[in-house]
Amino acid sequence: MSEATVLENVQTDEIDYRELDRIIEEEFNNDKENLIMMLQAIQKRYNYLPRPALEYLSLKIEIPTGRIYGVATFYSTFSLKPRGRNIISICLGTACHVRGGERVHERLEELLSIGDGETTEDKRFTLESVRCIGCCSLGPVVKINEGIHGRISSDQVEKILDHYE
Amino acid sequence: MKIQSVKDLEKVSQAYISNLYMPDKIKVNIGMASCGIAAGAKAAYDKILKEYPDKNGIHLCQTGCIGFCEEEPLVEILEAGKPRVMYKHITEDKIIDAVQGYIAGEFNKKWILGQMKDPRSLLEDDVDNPLAGVEPIEGVPVLEDIPFYNSQVKIAMRNCGYIDPDTIEEYFARKGYVAFIQALKEIKPAEVIDIIKESGLRGRGGGGFPTGTKWATCAKHHGDHYIICNADEGDPGAYMDRSILEGDPHSVLEGMLIAAIAIGSRQGFIYARNEYPLAVKRLVTAIKQAESYGLLGENIAGTDFSFNIKISTGAGAFVCGESTALMASLEGKVGRPRAKYVHTVEKGFRENPSNLNNVETYANVPAIVLKGAEWYGRMGTEHSKGTKVFSLVGKIKNTGLVEVPMGVSLRDIVFTVGGGIPKKKAFKAVQTGGPSGGCIPEQFLDLPVDFQRLSEVGSIMGSGGMIVMDQDTCMVDIARYFLDFLQEESCGQCNPCREGIKRMLEILTHICDGHGKEGDIELLQELGNMVAKASLCGLGTSAPNPVLTTIKYFRDEYESHINDKKCPAGVCKPLFHYEIDEEACTGCTLCAKKCPQDAITGEKKKPHKLEQDKCIKCGICYDSCKFDAIVVR
Repeated sequence: MSEATVLENVQTDEIDYRELDRIIEEEFNNDKENLIMMLQAIQKRYNYLPRPALEYLSLKIEIPTGRIYGVATFYSTFSLKPRGRNIISICLGTACHVRGGERVHERLEELLSIGDGETTEDKRFTLESVRCIGCCSLGPVVKINEGIHGRISSDQVEKILDHYE
Repeated sequence: MKIQSVKDLEKVSQAYISNLYMPDKIKVNIGMASCGIAAGAKAAYDKILKEYPDKNGIHLCQTGCIGFCEEEPLVEILEAGKPRVMYKHITEDKIIDAVQGYIAGEFNKKWILGQMKDPRSLLEDDVDNPLAGVEPIEGVPVLEDIPFYNSQVKIAMRNCGYIDPDTIEEYFARKGYVAFIQALKEIKPAEVIDIIKESGLRGRGGGGFPTGTKWATCAKHHGDHYIICNADEGDPGAYMDRSILEGDPHSVLEGMLIAAIAIGSRQGFIYARNEYPLAVKRLVTAIKQAESYGLLGENIAGTDFSFNIKISTGAGAFVCGESTALMASLEGKVGRPRAKYVHTVEKGFRENPSNLNNVETYANVPAIVLKGAEWYGRMGTEHSKGTKVFSLVGKIKNTGLVEVPMGVSLRDIVFTVGGGIPKKKAFKAVQTGGPSGGCIPEQFLDLPVDFQRLSEVGSIMGSGGMIVMDQDTCMVDIARYFLDFLQEESCGQCNPCREGIKRMLEILTHICDGHGKEGDIELLQELGNMVAKASLCGLGTSAPNPVLTTIKYFRDEYESHINDKKCPAGVCKPLFHYEIDEEACTGCTLCAKKCPQDAITGEKKKPHKLEQDKCIKCGICYDSCKFDAIVVR
């Protein structure tokens, strides 16, 4: 389980509440059962889950913020901290692991000087490990944003990162 | 048009059959599942669009994955009266040449995987083979006869790679929705259940519970019945469900529809993995298309049967593959399993009777209803009928998805279909069943693969992941890897799983770091047995499997870690170092160029030297040396 994380505050005026209404009401019908998908939509918009958005969501669908926090911290997709411009997902599924994924992971941590789940100071990259994205034939695999880089070895990592600003 | 009968299905599909099998102009099928796209298929697709604007003279089409992921991007070219050719590794720089070569009748044989003998699915044995009478290309192997495909029998994956997943009419053209219409109009719900029961189909998601029995029990209970599809394929190393959803989503929808008739349900849910965006996209399209033909919605095919399907996405939690956790997650809650005094078939989603099967199980259902229980039961072994899709990955030449009848030996799967271990390395083990499974050593290679035999050797079928390991894989590290995974994924509500796995992981980490001590192995076994007995759900009860099987079959590796402080496979960094074998080293300088630490020095054509205090054991030199001159000590 992830460690306790503090909800990050943003300036309230950064949140577009009309858009939140659209997500909550139109896209997901104000339905509590759609909580996880609402959170996904909010994260897609802000790149993370900002505290005011969750508090607003809590009022709208009448679920205590504490319970929303519980859901947001239980599922590994969600981030309560702002993430970088580029999200690096290093696959550590079994196939990638036996083909040397861990070495690629170590090289990434070394080059970016950050650990798993952290963001570089310049907000250029966030490094996240994932368990299997289903591209096992290409292992070891690194997914950066939507692009998948397959069959990479640790010495190619630096070059790949250069493509992302 | 709303489909009312099997005749309607035939009428709609008529216009698509020639395009599927005998296109009057050249047709290019590009395998565009996630794996293909990652290998470069999308770039190849775009290249054709660019070179042949308005698709001038060319019919360009996307398909799902035909399973041979190692050779992707896979591109198939066909035209009426000409051979149907499957090309391998066709990236954007090759695709135009491949197309032009096909048009000119000049085939670059190095690029060809094979020529197809018969493109029909198992369900189409009443139509003629459209390739009958076509003159084959000389010197090009028949696709179905190459070792990778030779022993495969495709039922669940019958359409993957053959049709455009975004075109429902192509699914109709391969007998799609015929079984559903028959089940709706000609067969009684109880008889549908009997067919599934008699077929011997067992759940393909992990547990292997008899599907027909599950349906019958669910139908018996009163309430609003729900049909749920588990598409939360969480086992690392297994991706057949993704491939089915991306390549043939309608087979799953049809399977769910048949289950809905049998059980009496109005509402279905697909719980899909968030990591599979393309699968979700194709499902959304498929549901819309099925609705437009009146195959989903109210009063389907003029009957009083109504059924809708909603897609819900998970958010990255392995434990949500467990039925009660999945249903909690569907309700928008934290995905924690509950004790199953009352089963989900009685009280599941929204406290109502809920039938949960996985993607591959549903994909099998239409074929069984159409061809009959007896046909299905002829394949497989006594207690495991039919076929199973395995994802053959890891240290294996032919990585890919293979669907073989149950009972085929591990040796056949790994060495014949899979082509064996690359780089002439030695086979060590095959891991089945994901984090809940075990590692099977060489001595059991002749084991016929079915539910029972796998559990006899301490592993499980699981969802069909098969991760092949060679001499460079450390079994202690693998056990540590799985426990690390499970520790992170444990929902944390029951003590044995939460604390037990954590303590086992600590011991294994100590061993891998070189701090193992006498008695650790026995302690691991004791803890493992406790966790297996006392945990609440399947995640915990099966969690010790990877540790217990590696101790059972690879105890020597544990002992050398603990007693000699050595990792023979060269994985656990504190327990080995690299050396250069001066006799084998040719002085090619490759390793020195690649070393990020400049730890390797030497002159051209003279044996190199490695400075141990600079070396970070990143393994780049070991992987790149062509002469086996970097050795693990």
